[in-house]
Amino acid sequence: MAQVSGISDEQTSTPMSSNTILLRISRFNPEHDDSSQFMEFTVPYERWTTVLEAILDVKKRFDHSVAVRYSCRQATCGSCGMMINGKPRLACFTKISELNSNVVTVEPMNNFPIIRDLAVKFERLFNTHQKIKPYLIRDDSELESDEKEFLQSPEEVEQYIQFANCIKCGLCNSACPTMATDSSFVGPQALAQAYRYVADSRDKGKDSRLKIIDDSHGIWRCHFAGSCSQVCPKGVDPAMGIQLLRGYLLGFRS
Amino acid sequence: MTRDEHKEGIKGMINPSRYGIERFAYWLMRLTGLGLLAYFIGHIYETSNILRGQVGWNEFLELTQTTEGHAILAIVIAMCVFHTVNGIRVMLGHGGIGVGKPSRPDYPYDPASQNYRHKIGIYSAIVLAAIAMMYGLAVMFGE
Amino acid sequence: MRESTIMKIHYGTALAAIALVAVHILMRLTQGFAESLEYESVLANYRFIPYAAMLELILILLAVHGFNGLRVILLELKQGRTYEKAVSYGCLVAMIALIAYGSRTIIMTNMGMV
Repeated sequence: MAQVSGISDEQTSTPMSSNTILLRISRFNPEHDDSSQFMEFTVPYERWTTVLEAILDVKKRFDHSVAVRYSCRQATCGSCGMMINGKPRLACFTKISELNSNVVTVEPMNNFPIIRDLAVKFERLFNTHQKIKPYLIRDDSELESDEKEFLQSPEEVEQYIQFANCIKCGLCNSACPTMATDSSFVGPQALAQAYRYVADSRDKGKDSRLKIIDDSHGIWRCHFAGSCSQVCPKGVDPAMGIQLLRGYLLGFRS
Repeated sequence: MTRDEHKEGIKGMINPSRYGIERFAYWLMRLTGLGLLAYFIGHIYETSNILRGQVGWNEFLELTQTTEGHAILAIVIAMCVFHTVNGIRVMLGHGGIGVGKPSRPDYPYDPASQNYRHKIGIYSAIVLAAIAMMYGLAVMFGE
Repeated sequence: MRESTIMKIHYGTALAAIALVAVHILMRLTQGFAESLEYESVLANYRFIPYAAMLELILILLAVHGFNGLRVILLELKQGRTYEKAVSYGCLVAMIALIAYGSRTIIMTNMGMV
């Protein structure tokens, strides 16, 4: 049975057992709070319990007002990104047992404005994503062409399919050191998607996309720290996409 | 940093502890870059003392040819070597060289761009910087 | 200037500087570190035109690379139209000032105005 302690309490009065953890949830409402505070709950867990399940357990048993965004619970919708023990992760994809800690601290993702508690705004990510034209650009279209499909070889698909796995969860943007200070940076998510379309053999919009990202807050503000790739839950590897994309601008690729 | 944006800020940007050696190299690259620029400006000022003639040059040389001066120069040597070697690694990476090839990702999704080639590059930069610093100290204090 | 052009210059100056700074450092080591810093030795270096030209090149390459690096760091720390313009022009002015100051030393020493 889970137990709750007060907002300012450092410790719970319940001693830890081997199958309970102390879940610390950051609480913040920008409308009336000056700073965030942690609420602590002692929650039971099994080997397969995810952080999202623990949060939902807290919502069900103790405090329904904890704000968290989630949907699919299977790392497909990209809704439940949050800082878990200091690193951006998907709550539904992170098992408590994998964290090897008796204390699990959950906070809203960095570099995203907070709506409330663990829920953050995605406007900037969606805007930058839209900015790089995330669709196939060509003069003709399926509707006008005699052929029903744009055919591709397996090798051509291989060039971009990895980057098409992006679920727009924002973990990469949260981990990026440039995003930590630069409000105008396009971000690893959008840059990786720019590569996804530039590398697509059906696409003819390379030049217009390269023009968009060749900006003082564009691709050149990536310094290949690789944090984005280390936190990506879908194996997109944005750092690779960005460097390959930069290869076009440096003349290494055509 | 504005509170509204909830940006991690400089503290988060320079924190090298969470994301492995690549993030540490990123942080060190910046630090050594700033350090080298500061030294470069100082060096231009230092060498301008030649215009003051032999007396002026010797006066300034006395100020810099001290134990502290040599220690600072040894650190500059280390910074220079690290910035150079890691800079070449980063430049190659920026050109898409050694970052792996796109492929269908398999669980547990180890990122191909964070591969051993780049890790070796970073460790080599650190080791070479340390060796260069020791050699510099041997040359300066050996005389 | 497009950012890609600026960054190509950034990479180019870095590569060129590596080669020239290596020669500059080797000159200190081949002569003996302390001896190479003696007044007569330094003066001889400055008066040898190829070496003076190399020093001038190093000065330009490192000033361009260094101040562009500083500009990049500062642009990432804070944003805003006025701030970004101030950073870009400030770094440009500082770069030109440093090149001018360093060139004065090289040219005057080379021409025997010491």
